[in-house]
Amino acid sequence: MTLVKTVEETLEEGLVLKVRGLDVRFYTYAGVVKAVSGVSFEVREKEFVALVGETGCGKTVTTRALTRLIDPPGRIVAGSVLFRRKNGTVVDLLKVPDEVLREIRGNEIAYIFQDPSSALDPLYTAGYHIVETLIAHNKKVKRSEAVREAIRLLKEVLIPHPEVRVKNYPHELSGGMRQRVVIATAVANKPKLLIADEPTTNLDVTVQAQILDLLKEVQSRYSMSVILITHNLGVVADVADRVYVMYAGKIVESADVFTIFEKPMHPYTRMLLRAVPNPLKKIEKLESIPGTVPNLINPPPGCRFHPRCPYAKNECMREEPPTIEVERGHYVSCWLYHRR
Amino acid sequence: MDVIYRALCFIIDLFTSFMERIRPGWIERNKSKIDEWKLMAYAYSKSPIAVTGGILATITVILALFGPLIAWEPYWQYKVVVNPDLWLKPPCLPPSCSGYPLLGTDEWGRDIFSLIFYGYRISFIISVMVVVLGVPLGVILGLIAGYKGGYVDEVIMRLTDIFMAFPGLVLAIAFATILPQRIRGLLDASPQLKDFLLWIFALRPQEYGQLAALLSIFLALVLVWWPTYARVVRGTVLSVREQTFIEAARSLGLSTWRILIKHILPNILSPIIVFATFDLATAVLLAASLSFLGLGPQDPVPELGFMISKAGRFFPERSWWIVVFLGIVLLLIAFGWNLLGDGLRDILDPRTRRAIEVRARAKARAKAAKVKGG
Repeated sequence: MTLVKTVEETLEEGLVLKVRGLDVRFYTYAGVVKAVSGVSFEVREKEFVALVGETGCGKTVTTRALTRLIDPPGRIVAGSVLFRRKNGTVVDLLKVPDEVLREIRGNEIAYIFQDPSSALDPLYTAGYHIVETLIAHNKKVKRSEAVREAIRLLKEVLIPHPEVRVKNYPHELSGGMRQRVVIATAVANKPKLLIADEPTTNLDVTVQAQILDLLKEVQSRYSMSVILITHNLGVVADVADRVYVMYAGKIVESADVFTIFEKPMHPYTRMLLRAVPNPLKKIEKLESIPGTVPNLINPPPGCRFHPRCPYAKNECMREEPPTIEVERGHYVSCWLYHRR
Repeated sequence: MDVIYRALCFIIDLFTSFMERIRPGWIERNKSKIDEWKLMAYAYSKSPIAVTGGILATITVILALFGPLIAWEPYWQYKVVVNPDLWLKPPCLPPSCSGYPLLGTDEWGRDIFSLIFYGYRISFIISVMVVVLGVPLGVILGLIAGYKGGYVDEVIMRLTDIFMAFPGLVLAIAFATILPQRIRGLLDASPQLKDFLLWIFALRPQEYGQLAALLSIFLALVLVWWPTYARVVRGTVLSVREQTFIEAARSLGLSTWRILIKHILPNILSPIIVFATFDLATAVLLAASLSFLGLGPQDPVPELGFMISKAGRFFPERSWWIVVFLGIVLLLIAFGWNLLGDGLRDILDPRTRRAIEVRARAKARAKAAKVKGG
């Protein structure tokens, strides 16, 4: 962690998390993969933030880096992650000692992972996972109390017969139910920030909707902030308050959810929205964005989207675009909106 | 095979009712676990290999526990001094001859059959101690290497490479020659340990000098034993570590030790159990080879390998029975553990266990249909 450069910042009132200039690199044999470069974003209290982008654009790496869950060969090279803890103190998660970080993980920042089938240890019951999390962060809790709390949590995530289900092993539960158990485990300690990494990707469509409703409900009940990672814009429109669009390890546009859908500015966001099929029209051909995600070992110079961008100009290929606030709360990184 | 299944189910029921008595509601809470145990018992009883191995292994354990009590001749009495006739007496089967030991005698006139019981104990204790000490050592190092990665991994793995670069037996010989003096010092320092070891090996206090030799074999084996385990465990840890539930456990703020002991170890335990069972056999044979080479205890300790090596001087005319019978004993021990390990591999793997269950269900259904039709 010696390489983490310090960025002196303060956390404004009403913010839970403020990320500035986050840089994550993977030192592989093929070269240095610049998975996340200079990402900055913030999450307000009780806000539902969506992080949108294609596969491999660095969404997951960004959120993992928040609590330093990056394994070698990956390394967090620079940045600061300011987080307001439950007791009101503000810490930089990239600099706190490991023990403090472990207190924060699962207690103040919790994760929900993509694949519910492997997010639970097959050797332990649903209840055990919750009990373990409760006890890990509060040594004073008695086991019987923790079990009772686990049953209550399972009831809260709408699992039928929680008294029975608490003793079930993961293989005895359906995919949707497993994801509910994962959510129950994540919210067991009433975290301030919940990070849901594509929580609905491996579930079928009806269950997806239920899980999203559940997330939304849990969020308002515990007044948590949520970062939802997804590549499904339908999901975003459904639940999010604010949206960050990521492309090739950078955030290209951010705005509240209505603005993103009504007035998308960045060409990438526009094309992404065009690729969502409209159920009211007869579809001749599914739209897609031409080209592929750039190789992040040698990202294209200038704007990383320019090889696929229909509006690419000369300066796009030479220089990185500045981030411009086009209107209040709507930021976009694109040369098209740069006024000279 | 049905008998075995019923016997195992009886044992499981006994255990569960005991648990129910001390902790009411235990059966209800662990219902799926108990079902799985019964399925394991069923799968076990269906495999002739596993059953044979189990029987042989049980015999080994029983003989090792009670052998020294059964043995009717003290191993330290050299009968040949009183009765020169007993010098390397060939086996004597009741119809043709009587009055002499059934399986013949060795050059001190001791009954081979009686010595076998002592030999069982010594071989078994050495092999169990090697596995009990060597396996955890390897497992812990492997867990740390696999989970931590980086430099820690590199150091531990290069160390195992150094150990594995030598053939196990050669390294064990080296250790077995240098260790006895150190061990003797240790034993002199603590008489309780000495008495305890003499007791578990079923030796007289006079054989105290031999103890160091026996222990040095065992320590030498432990020292060459752990690298294989460290390797195997590291490999499986690497694959388990990538599973989401380990990452989930980390993201929930569990400590590294807790993740290692509660989430990784149980997930890699069944291959270790199978491996350890096989290794009980290998350890018996390796211990016998070391004492065959003269690195173990000397007379009058009835170590199987040592007795075989002594018989070599008179082989084959005056000693073939010693070699054959003691060899058979070693074979039975090794064979039993190997078969058991083979069986356990099938039973401890949930996939093959499922397959056995499905097959049994199909058979039962076919039978029922036949009864109905007929």
